[in-house]
Amino acid sequence: MIVQLLISSLVTGSIYALIALAMAIIYKASEIPNFAQGEMAMVSTYITFVLLSTFGFPFLTALVLTLTFAFLLGILFEFLLIRRAKEPNLLGFIIITLGFQLLLFGLAGWKWGSDQRTFTLPFSESEVVVRTSSFVLTEHNLASLIIAMVIMVILYLILNHTKLGLAMRACQQNVGAAMFNGIPANRILGITFGISSIVGAIAGILVAPITTLDPTMMWDPLVKGFAAAVLGSMKSLPGVVIGGLLLGLIENLFGFYVSLEFKSIVAFGVIMLILFIKPSGLFAKHYIRKV
Amino acid sequence: MRLKRVYFEDIRLFKTTASLVWTLLFLLLLFLVPFIFKTYYLSVVNLMCLNVIVALGLNILVGNTGQISLGHAGFVAIGAYTAAILLQAGVPFVFTLIIAGLVSCLVGAFLGLPSLRLEGPYLAIVTLGFGLAVMVIIGRMEMFGGRMGLMIPRIDLNWSGLSYDRTLYYVFIIITILMTILAHNIIHSKIGRAFQAIRDSDIAASVTGINLVHYKTLSFAVSAFFAGIGGALWALYLQFVTPGTFSLMMSVLFLATVVLGGLGSVTGSVLGGIVMTLLNLQLEKVVTVPLFGDLIVFLSDTIMNPSGIANIRWVLTGLILILIILYEPHGLNGIWLRIKRYWNLWPF
Repeated sequence: MIVQLLISSLVTGSIYALIALAMAIIYKASEIPNFAQGEMAMVSTYITFVLLSTFGFPFLTALVLTLTFAFLLGILFEFLLIRRAKEPNLLGFIIITLGFQLLLFGLAGWKWGSDQRTFTLPFSESEVVVRTSSFVLTEHNLASLIIAMVIMVILYLILNHTKLGLAMRACQQNVGAAMFNGIPANRILGITFGISSIVGAIAGILVAPITTLDPTMMWDPLVKGFAAAVLGSMKSLPGVVIGGLLLGLIENLFGFYVSLEFKSIVAFGVIMLILFIKPSGLFAKHYIRKV
Repeated sequence: MRLKRVYFEDIRLFKTTASLVWTLLFLLLLFLVPFIFKTYYLSVVNLMCLNVIVALGLNILVGNTGQISLGHAGFVAIGAYTAAILLQAGVPFVFTLIIAGLVSCLVGAFLGLPSLRLEGPYLAIVTLGFGLAVMVIIGRMEMFGGRMGLMIPRIDLNWSGLSYDRTLYYVFIIITILMTILAHNIIHSKIGRAFQAIRDSDIAASVTGINLVHYKTLSFAVSAFFAGIGGALWALYLQFVTPGTFSLMMSVLFLATVVLGGLGSVTGSVLGGIVMTLLNLQLEKVVTVPLFGDLIVFLSDTIMNPSGIANIRWVLTGLILILIILYEPHGLNGIWLRIKRYWNLWPF
């Protein structure tokens, strides 16, 4: 049984980690906690659904089109809303992302909200890949793990081994200095939003078959993903991934051994405890703010 | 320009005779409302009162102290459920109200403790988690009626000699006025100044001798007190509480109210509470608005889906939030101040 628990923890954990990564990339670049992340992912998932079921595209084409859409959505969000803020402060940005979240939620509800849909992927939740006496590994589990891993590797490669990644990291460290060195900081921030939106969209596509496809489907994963990001400190990407996996593990173990009823809120208890001890997450470098 | 020479001139309630006169006229109007309007409008005003009270508290926390709370519905829920249980047990209303406020206040002080070391997204996730946790815990406990919620008995208002609705209206209005004065006094007192110093820079504030532990916790406690009172009135207004009412969406809408009204001002909270209530009520029947409603219906039939048209209120609320931040960061209070300045010097 413990193996089965570990597998499901890894699967939920890696989905949390993807959402947490999406939020952390943006947070590192701009100090904005993007609450619209979940709804952006939800809309992208709906786009996949429409492409698959209404237009009958093959899965890969639909996926590529969706990711392009997600990228554009992220860039547009940054260009049309975030960049236009007059006197930007943290609260203002939070309100803008919350407003965008409500906007997307309303639009999706208006267009698709009236009935629930089942979302099927080429790798289904019911097809079993490996079955032993102690655990069952479904296609969806395996695919989620592999996809999450691949996305993390790709992100690592982009950030550490390309020119774009170098520019992104420069902007994260010091926007002013990056601009002096000829990096178009605004454009880089836009691209960061786009990439983050793609990562979120993939998480959304992985979440949709587990839950049903409806406009509220990303609420819980988003909050958990955000919690995971905070747990591992928003500023360290490996920390964020570990935070996500840890949160998945804690949740599943708690749900199995202690109480299934309070499974959904144990994450916050843990977060509060950890933040009491380490106020900027588990993997934060300690720094002293100046006045 | 009127210069202030002594501290007393800055903290008093009415700065000029004119504002005193206008306030008295406004109070007279509020007094006359039940005799002019139908009962339905009384309940609209009551709803406004609730939102105004919660907004006043949230504004002290967000606008004046600069802390973020995404879980204010949790405090409202605590106030509402405390009031529900006490009223069912037959405790007099006045005590119920005060106890509901104090219970919420205590929880607020407790939640305020981690805020001493947290900021930005870290504080946001703690408060967000708090709001969700309160909802789940209340929903699972038998004592609070589980998912079915609790019914609340009508309170005894026969002493006034007026009908129940009218008396309830006066009760709500009087409590709201008291809470507004309380918020005004807190903001303009030593405590409020300490809050604002913390908002502008907490390190600088602590250097000037402001006890951060004390004032940050106090800010959460005061804010939760307002929310608790608001929650008690909420229970009285709906006569029925379920955990589903106090969702994450409610917290977001409270934050929206404060931002719409204008951060850090009492006038802003009041305006925000009034306008947000009206908006919420009107957005439900947006289809009946002359030109805009037709456009919405047309869009629904062609591109969107007619059966999901109720969701248009979220679209518009989201748009309003974004537009306020982009084009009017001081909210309705900013617009109000500009209008006032214009008419101050009007013919010239």
